[in-house]
Amino acid sequence: MSSHYRIVPAGESALIVEFEERIDPVVNATTIGCANAIQAAAIPGVRDVVPTYRSVAIYFDPLRTDTDALLERITHEAESAGPGAVVPGEPVRIPVCYGGDLGPDLPQVAAFAKMSEDDVVRLHGSTTYRVFMLGFVPGFAYLGMVDPRIAMPRRATPRVRVPCGSVGIAGVQTGIYPAETPGGWQLIGRTPVRPFDPLRADPFLMKAGDAVQFYAIDRAEFDRLQRDPNLAGRQPGGADAGEAS
Amino acid sequence: MKLEPAGAGVLVVRPGMLTTIQDAGRWGVQARGVPVAGPMDPVSHRLANALVRNSPQAAALEITLLGPELEFDDERVVAVTGAQFDLSLDGRAMPSNAPFIVSAGARLRFGARRAGARAYLAIGGGIAVPPTLGSRATHLISAMGGLHGRALAAGDVLPLGQANDVYGAVSLPQSAVVALPDRHAQVRVLPGPQTEYFASDALAVLQSAPYTIAQNSDRMGFRLAGPPLSHVRGADIISDATPLGVLQVPASGEPILLMADRQTAGGYPKIATVIAADIPVVGQLGPGDTISFSVCTLREAMAALIAQERTLMAVEAGHL
Repeated sequence: MSSHYRIVPAGESALIVEFEERIDPVVNATTIGCANAIQAAAIPGVRDVVPTYRSVAIYFDPLRTDTDALLERITHEAESAGPGAVVPGEPVRIPVCYGGDLGPDLPQVAAFAKMSEDDVVRLHGSTTYRVFMLGFVPGFAYLGMVDPRIAMPRRATPRVRVPCGSVGIAGVQTGIYPAETPGGWQLIGRTPVRPFDPLRADPFLMKAGDAVQFYAIDRAEFDRLQRDPNLAGRQPGGADAGEAS
Repeated sequence: MKLEPAGAGVLVVRPGMLTTIQDAGRWGVQARGVPVAGPMDPVSHRLANALVRNSPQAAALEITLLGPELEFDDERVVAVTGAQFDLSLDGRAMPSNAPFIVSAGARLRFGARRAGARAYLAIGGGIAVPPTLGSRATHLISAMGGLHGRALAAGDVLPLGQANDVYGAVSLPQSAVVALPDRHAQVRVLPGPQTEYFASDALAVLQSAPYTIAQNSDRMGFRLAGPPLSHVRGADIISDATPLGVLQVPASGEPILLMADRQTAGGYPKIATVIAADIPVVGQLGPGDTISFSVCTLREAMAALIAQERTLMAVEAGHL
């Protein structure tokens, strides 16, 4: 199938394939399918292929790349990209201890949604999210779409330090902080799972296109899992579940 | 070249202002949100490695504004390129842009800085810290790579790889070294990738006057003060990839020039991208310095890059 796209240069060492300018699961699936196909082509000189919400950046060494052949290949992959190329595997399941000191913004989100904290937790856990892209810091996945009733905007003043593992909401996006960083998302809970651990066999818990679900655990379970060195948050089906091609 | 620690090390007596371990960068994992990092002046980094006959990917030290003092466990060939510092080895003055031998127990000291912002110290055998995701490059914000993901501190010991016996007894000709800017650099850009987000005169405005690099600039990027660039479609885009040297423009209209430690993606439109051949000179600028932009053609960008590569390959082959 053919999709709407254009290819623009960013300097002499990168080409960007842009699909439709909106945050949309179908556009994103097309984008990731295109990125996977370009990655799989293993074109000599290409250094990195980076999918985002609706674009794919192809970084290459222009002195060691046949740029005409590269452009031709990228055009072909963009032309034939469609949302069906990537079939998500089993969802990555993330345990979350909601509320209390681990989720200090849960009361505000409940007030925003005009519902109980329990209902916020239930709604956050009842959606199967899509990893639209990774960015911000290593292993940070932008997940969507959050139920519009609990889609509270970012805090007016970001926190200087958000603890590692914090689960937050920012409008229709949700995500897990993989490291202690500054951050403005509404924190509703925390997971003992590490989205990124460079020493783990697969350092990354998620990749673009994965399906993700959250489920509630209590504080005792959170503490137990945090002490358990084997809890690497392995996703069922192995690291490559859901990879196209 | 082997990079298993050979037992020998380098003691950091004084760390300098911001000294980090950098190799050629952590490529291939930006899709997982992992920044590339690597040297701010990649040409000087490569030249330093070439002078001690390391591979171009070997880890070396990037030294920023105020240099370190280092004590060597064993005899090593070293070379310093990039920013011009007064170098002394146990009190004896040593040259930049030429390899020299440091004997066991000797102290190498970086004194006054004469020009440029970042020097590179390559040590024969390379710095053999364990790689993270295939690279030894330090990324400060995510505390990854290098030595515990941070800048060097007093008392640190840098593990070294197996030294090569051979080294080129050469010094670099002036034509091969990065021309150090005198607190101002003129650099070339290619338009895009999002020029359509800007007023039709924005590229002209960008070239109309120099921009000053703000104090809160760092390895992630240089905040620039100067003529503001007008958006016509707002200052927000759906986050997309951020190449090295790209000029992203937030609502204020003042561009931010993204450098080695940039995040993998960002949500501001990007008007133009500094050509690869001019990144090294940008890496030699610091806070308070100024930068002017001029639009060039793809042909010019490639010609400049090819000329630069020819020189680098000649140095690496020992022909200069």
